[in-house]
Amino acid sequence: MSIPANLKYAKSHEWARLESDGSVTVGITHHAQDLLGDMVFVENPTVGRKLAAGEECAVVESVKAASDVYSPIAGEVIAANADLESSPESINQDAYAAWMFRLKPDNAADLDSLMDAGAYQAFVDSEAH
Amino acid sequence: MLKQTPLNQRHHEANAKLVDFSGWEMPIHYGSQIEEHHVVRADAGMFDVSHMLPVDLKGEGARGFLRTLVANNVDKLQSTGKALYTCMLHEGGGVVDDLIVYFLNESWFRLVVNAGCADKDMAWLETQRDRLAPGLQIIPRRDLAMIAVQGPKAADKLWQAMPGTRELAAPLKPFNAVVVGDMFVARTGYTGEDGFEIMLPAKAAPFFWQALVEAGVKPCGLGARDTLRLEAGMNLYGQDMDERSTPLESGLAWTVDLKSERDFIGKDALLRLPLDKQLVGLKLLDRGVLRNHQPVFTAAGVGEITSGTFSPTIHASIALARVPAGVNLGDTVEVEIRDKRLKAVVVKYPFVRNGKALV
Repeated sequence: MSIPANLKYAKSHEWARLESDGSVTVGITHHAQDLLGDMVFVENPTVGRKLAAGEECAVVESVKAASDVYSPIAGEVIAANADLESSPESINQDAYAAWMFRLKPDNAADLDSLMDAGAYQAFVDSEAH
Repeated sequence: MLKQTPLNQRHHEANAKLVDFSGWEMPIHYGSQIEEHHVVRADAGMFDVSHMLPVDLKGEGARGFLRTLVANNVDKLQSTGKALYTCMLHEGGGVVDDLIVYFLNESWFRLVVNAGCADKDMAWLETQRDRLAPGLQIIPRRDLAMIAVQGPKAADKLWQAMPGTRELAAPLKPFNAVVVGDMFVARTGYTGEDGFEIMLPAKAAPFFWQALVEAGVKPCGLGARDTLRLEAGMNLYGQDMDERSTPLESGLAWTVDLKSERDFIGKDALLRLPLDKQLVGLKLLDRGVLRNHQPVFTAAGVGEITSGTFSPTIHASIALARVPAGVNLGDTVEVEIRDKRLKAVVVKYPFVRNGKALV
């Protein structure tokens, strides 16, 4: 699966998308779900929680293992995708559609510190070797 | 350099995700572990288990040797092809390995041992042989591949793939095996479903595997094998028991014969040691996933999860846990998962048998 060009990426394999209202939507990448395998459990941060960039804030668990999810930028959680509680497998089906939570960023310019699709592809390739 | 089974090429061709399992390059899944799990519960799947080691004991005194070597009583094996699940203990009562013993005739027994224990088992077997039955031959069979075909449709699909096996293998009752030409077909498995474990010459394995694929048997990885065996309430060596635990505190009392006069290695220790721990089944009541080594808080003290997973059949998390004696079926306990204490109930296992959830 190709890496969407309209998203930004963290080294810990989250994607972030700037929405038209200024909020930022966060999920985990296709590569991350592929490494983890079939998802069986998602624990999202609670709405209202303030997160620092790189803060451990959610957990995804596959049949194989639990994995922490980190906030790609600083901000306040304004929404969490409750559908993932009953259908965590939607992350396997389409990791870029199955968003996890939405942030009101402290500073939207923080997104610039993340990788673009090209840089993330190169990062994934380098990790594979 | 990882060791490869005779089916390694097949796994690569099928785009399996391969991992290091006890020094062997083995498929963890071929796309979706959960799909593979369901296939075995509802239809038929197969596993390459060629990393496990068949060991033939040949010569006089094989039965006498096994009487002393293993905790279960090989005198239960009286008809040709009969199989027995047992632990092999050290003097302290800890489990060296768990294995299946097949009886072929008085001068031929076959053991199948775990991949991760194979080297240590061979050394142990040879040491005990030198002491107890010097004339006995102990022959590791790395020339054999082993394929487990499992599921309610395993038998039908096996006959379709290998019509020549049907006449002799169809009448097999569970835990019985038969030699068919150069194949050894056992009605055994590690999934809680009907099925067969087939040992055959390594060279023939890729062809046989392909015939099974064409008969509609889905290749399944060791990931699904693990969730299937845990649902079936079957122990995994190295997790649910090892050299530091006895079979009695590992839910395996049913495999230990303490009634007969027979002496076996580890028996004294089993009779002497206090039985203050037990293995129980847990079902998580809260949302989350039980995992190995999570602490379990009970009214009788703290225990630990030995195998935990999400059960695809039950749609809840289940586990085996070693907890203090005094914990009872139906008790509610707490499991610590990432700083939170979640509620679980102590249940009878197996959790699933023949496709049906029992808890």
